[in-house]
Amino acid sequence: MSDTAINSLSYLDNTGVDPAVRARLVVGDNDFHSVTDTVCGIVEQPKPPKFRWDALAASSSLTLVLFACIGYLVTTGIGVWGLQVPVGWGYAIVNFVFWVGIGHAGTLISAILFLLRQRWRTSINRFAEAMTIFAVVCAGIFPGIHVGRIWFAYWLFPIPNQMSMWPNFRSPLLWDVFAVGTYATVSLLFWYMGMIPDLASIRDRATTKLRFYIYGVLSLGWRSSNRHWHRFEFAYLLLASLATPLVLSVHSVVSFDFAVSIMPGWHTTIFPPYFVAGAIFSGFAMVVTLIIPTRKFFGLEEIITARHLENMAKIMLATGMMVGLAYSTEFFIAWYSGNTYEAFTFLNRAFGPYAWAYWTMVTCNVLVPQVFWIRKLRNKTIVLWVASILINVGMWFERFVIVVSSLSRDYLPTSWGYYRPTAIDVMTFVGSFGLFFTLFLLFVRFLPMVGMAEVKGVMPQAHLDRPGHRGHGDYHGDIAGVEVV
Amino acid sequence: MSTANTGHTDSAALYGYLVGFDKVDELLVAAATVRDAGYTRWDAHTPFVIHGLDAAMGVKKTVLPYIVFLAGLTGTAAGILLQWWTNAVDYPFLISGKPLFSLPANIPVAFETTILFAAISALVGMLALNGLPQLSHPLFSNRSFKRVTDDRFFISIEARDPLFDKAKTRELLESVSGQPVEEIEDVS
Repeated sequence: MSDTAINSLSYLDNTGVDPAVRARLVVGDNDFHSVTDTVCGIVEQPKPPKFRWDALAASSSLTLVLFACIGYLVTTGIGVWGLQVPVGWGYAIVNFVFWVGIGHAGTLISAILFLLRQRWRTSINRFAEAMTIFAVVCAGIFPGIHVGRIWFAYWLFPIPNQMSMWPNFRSPLLWDVFAVGTYATVSLLFWYMGMIPDLASIRDRATTKLRFYIYGVLSLGWRSSNRHWHRFEFAYLLLASLATPLVLSVHSVVSFDFAVSIMPGWHTTIFPPYFVAGAIFSGFAMVVTLIIPTRKFFGLEEIITARHLENMAKIMLATGMMVGLAYSTEFFIAWYSGNTYEAFTFLNRAFGPYAWAYWTMVTCNVLVPQVFWIRKLRNKTIVLWVASILINVGMWFERFVIVVSSLSRDYLPTSWGYYRPTAIDVMTFVGSFGLFFTLFLLFVRFLPMVGMAEVKGVMPQAHLDRPGHRGHGDYHGDIAGVEVV
Repeated sequence: MSTANTGHTDSAALYGYLVGFDKVDELLVAAATVRDAGYTRWDAHTPFVIHGLDAAMGVKKTVLPYIVFLAGLTGTAAGILLQWWTNAVDYPFLISGKPLFSLPANIPVAFETTILFAAISALVGMLALNGLPQLSHPLFSNRSFKRVTDDRFFISIEARDPLFDKAKTRELLESVSGQPVEEIEDVS
């Protein structure tokens, strides 16, 4: 390999060995304008290449499958699913928890990492927030159609009605309506607000009238005034501070759906933290699954760098370990509590009729992330990508194990059963991926998928040249270099 | 409130001056100079948030947090009242002999309404305090200003600033930037 070839490859690698030296968050020979060009260029591309049309055709066809399945369900009844006594919660609830969980990474990246001053979040937060919203859209569908007679779904909301009846506010299922509803709304607000300056960038570069008007209206007449930025920053900080407890509450409330019941295997106090850790784990896995091909196809490797992927691998490792700890704690408590039913449930999970699902879950969620201990492996994009997909699979099975194994064998052996999904169950689930990917493809086509204004703010050019003014501790790398000299 | 009736009927009224900068440092120094000169109706325009610029401009801290706090309290009260009124008063819901109104069971929903109200007020409050949406603005008529959302920094001083003087203000801006000062017409 020639020197230039080696250089052209290695400049993309900013995965440093020394943790005291901060990696550059944008690599290559980039300035503010090139960042704008790269990100806006994706939206401005006059004709997307054919494979993107193919991808859209495939995903929207799957979306039609989803809608067809829902149509069949509504016109026929819940019996088209594999739900039977005793397993009354099947795929629909598994899918709901799965999608809501995935929806947690976006707000984690945009809110919690913002409060923790993790500046690497800037390249990926827009992307992850978009993914969050699409995942919550998919999640919201399932409990909605699970009610069976969906024309009564409005009973979920406290709307005055002719029966003078109100929903029961002491039910965790109603808390869920408020938690997920609030989460969807706040995620949308957060996403949109962060996008306003970037929409203005597209407006200011518009070459066609239509684009100018559409992005002009969407950007609300943003004129980059510093007096506006001041309030914008404050609003962003406030939204981040509000979204942080919110994101922790959402999956806690989802876990209450289970924990507040008296089913063995569900009635445990570990559920809220366990669910939240799992949600972050699965959310990051989905971000990685999507971002690896996306950064490749759209040439974003200089902005979404190898270090970003490495950081996400580390977060997956940490949350994967938390999930593993939760699994073993459940087992320990099942034995330590002396509760026969609890002990039976967990032995049944590991060695009963759903053992295949249980061990798939353990393999994907606990064993697979262990490869991230090895730097060489976690920095190999293909390893990371395959691992992230396996984690997605494992997290779906986690919810399957929780929902189905507890219900299928509870207190009374005469009411035991074995749950089998129908083809409609499977097609509805696969169809929800179609909806997710369709929304995602439309997002990368029409909206700026990297927060340009935020990325520019963490570039070296955004800061004072004079050494005395490097006040924010942002450039330890440079300062460390000076000290060595 | 048009400024067209001040006598300048032959040419369009002046909105103010605009001057561009290439670097963050230059902008910060210039902002501090304009602030110290005593101008009040002026602004800096930047493609991203620049830390230290608020101080350099002397921007006062926004009242937004108070608005959001009050909205959050409103949300808590609304959540509690909603649950109390619907389940304990209007349609008493007696389930397993549990009390009709008990705070612990009502915390999750009250928490969510708190966040919901506060978050909406953060966005709406920010936009309202900023006077957005405002789709038309004199600055948008300037071609070079289009780079403000890309890679260039600007300072604008409005003609309605009490200290604004066509010659002196221009001189000040030229001296701090070393770049040509552009006149912005008031197109509204």
